[in-house]
Amino acid sequence: MHELDITRNNHLVDPSLHIWGWQVPVYLFFGGLVAGMMIISGYFLWKGKHKEYNCACFNMPLIGIIALSIGMFALFLDLEYKVHVWRMYATFRITSPMSWGSWILILVYPALFANMLIKVPGFLKTKIPFLEKISEKIRNNDAHIKRIGIINLILGFMLGVYTGILLSAFGARPLWNSSVLSLLFVTSGLSSAAAFVHMIAKDKDESRLLAKADNSFLTIEIVILLFFFIGLLTSSQAHINGAKLLLIGPFAPVFWVFVIGTGIIIPLIMQSLAVRGKINHSPVMPILVIMGGLILRFVIVYAGQYSNWTAAALGK
Amino acid sequence: MARFAMVIDTKKCVGCMDCVVACKTENQTPEGLNRDWIAYESIGKLPDIQMEIRSERCNHCDNPPCVDCCPCGASHVHELGGVVLVYQNKCSGCKACIAACPYNARFINPEGYADKCTFCIHRVETGLLPACVSVCPAHCMYFGDLENPESEVSRLLLSRKYHSLLPEAGTKPQIFYLV
Repeated sequence: MHELDITRNNHLVDPSLHIWGWQVPVYLFFGGLVAGMMIISGYFLWKGKHKEYNCACFNMPLIGIIALSIGMFALFLDLEYKVHVWRMYATFRITSPMSWGSWILILVYPALFANMLIKVPGFLKTKIPFLEKISEKIRNNDAHIKRIGIINLILGFMLGVYTGILLSAFGARPLWNSSVLSLLFVTSGLSSAAAFVHMIAKDKDESRLLAKADNSFLTIEIVILLFFFIGLLTSSQAHINGAKLLLIGPFAPVFWVFVIGTGIIIPLIMQSLAVRGKINHSPVMPILVIMGGLILRFVIVYAGQYSNWTAAALGK
Repeated sequence: MARFAMVIDTKKCVGCMDCVVACKTENQTPEGLNRDWIAYESIGKLPDIQMEIRSERCNHCDNPPCVDCCPCGASHVHELGGVVLVYQNKCSGCKACIAACPYNARFINPEGYADKCTFCIHRVETGLLPACVSVCPAHCMYFGDLENPESEVSRLLLSRKYHSLLPEAGTKPQIFYLV
C-alpha cells in the first residue's frame, strides 16, 4: 500500500483539479466549430465553388462571428479577474498557447468580416449601405475573393489547431499532453461545421457534398482518436492512467456512448446510407455530430484536469 | 546569480504544521487556502510501514511551466534567486498556470489573481529567512543559495541523500527532501 495524505484543501484544486467548468469546453467547441466553418468556407472561396451553388458559405461568416462571440463570452465568464481581460492584449508570450490564441482571435474577426462582405447579409445591406459598395468591389475581383478564401482557410486552421495546443501544452495533465489533440480538435471542428452547413444548406448538391465531407471527417476523427490513445498508452504510467480515464475509467460511459457512439459511429453509418440514397437525409444526424463535438470537449477538459502525475508516482 | 532553494529534512519533520501557520500569518493567506501544506506519504501496512512527513509548497522550478503558459506575463521568474512569482496587477485569473503546475501548488485568491508561495521574497530581500523556515521547531527546513557551494543547502545536498517531487514531470523543482 502506497498512500499520500495532504493537509491542503484549496478551492478548485482539491481533492482533484477542477478549475475549468462548462465555460472552457463551450469556448473550445465554438472555437473549433468556427475554425471548421472558416476552413470550409475558405476552401469554397479559394476553389471558386461559391459561383456554382447558392452557397451556404455565404451564411457561415455571420454565423461564425456570432458563434465565436458566444464562445469568447463563455471564456470571459471563466476569468477570475475579469477587469484584467485586456492584459492578454498588453503582451505577447511566445511560449503561451493562450497568448497565441488571444492574438489569433483578434485576426479571425476581420477575416470573418471580410468573408461576410462578399455577400452582405440583407439586414446589414439596408442599415449600412456603404458595405454593399465594398462588397461589389470585392465581388468584381476574383483575386480578392480567392485571397479572402485563403486567409480564412489559414486562420481557420490556426484557430482549430490552437484550441488543441492550448490543452496539449500542459505537461502537468498527462491526458492532454499529446500534440495529436490539436488535429483531433481541428477534425472534430471540421465535422461539426460540415454537419452544421449540411443542415442549413438549401442547395441539395451542396448538402450532399457536405454530408460526404462530414463522413470523411468523422472517419479521420476515429483514426486520430486511435493515434491519440496509442500515443498515450505507449507512454509513461501517468499517460496510461490518463488514457484509461476515458477508456475504462469514470469518464468512459460518456466518452463511449456520446462521443464515439452517438457522436461518430451512428451518424457515420446513417449519413453513409443517406448519401447512397438508401435513407433520407435528416437533421438528426448532423445534430448528433454537433452534440458529439461539444461532449468531446467537455469530456477531454474534465478528464484532463483529473489526470495527474502524482497517482503514477504512487504506483497507481 | 543566486539560485534559491529549500532543503527539508524528512527525518526531522514531525508534521507539526508550524510552517503552515507561519505562512498564513506572514502572508495573510485567505481562510481555507494554503500556500504550503503537510504531506504524509506511507508505504506498506502496519507494523511494516515506512512513512515520510514533509512540508510542501511551490517548488520554484528551474523550468517553470506556470511561467511559460501565462498569457499576460503575470507569472514570472524574479531576478533574485530564480524565485517564481505572480504580478497580481497583471493576472487575468485565466487559471492556465494552475493547470500547468504538476504539484497543484497554485490557487485563485478570492481577489481573483493566481496565488502561491513566494519563498517570502519580501523577507529574503531584507536578509531574513522565509517565515516557514524561521519558525520550524524541529529545525528541519533550510533555505539558501545553491550557487554558493559554502551555503548550508549546498553542503546538505552534497552530504545527504535526497529526492525532489515528481522529477519525471520535467520541471526541475528546487525543493529537496533529505531522506
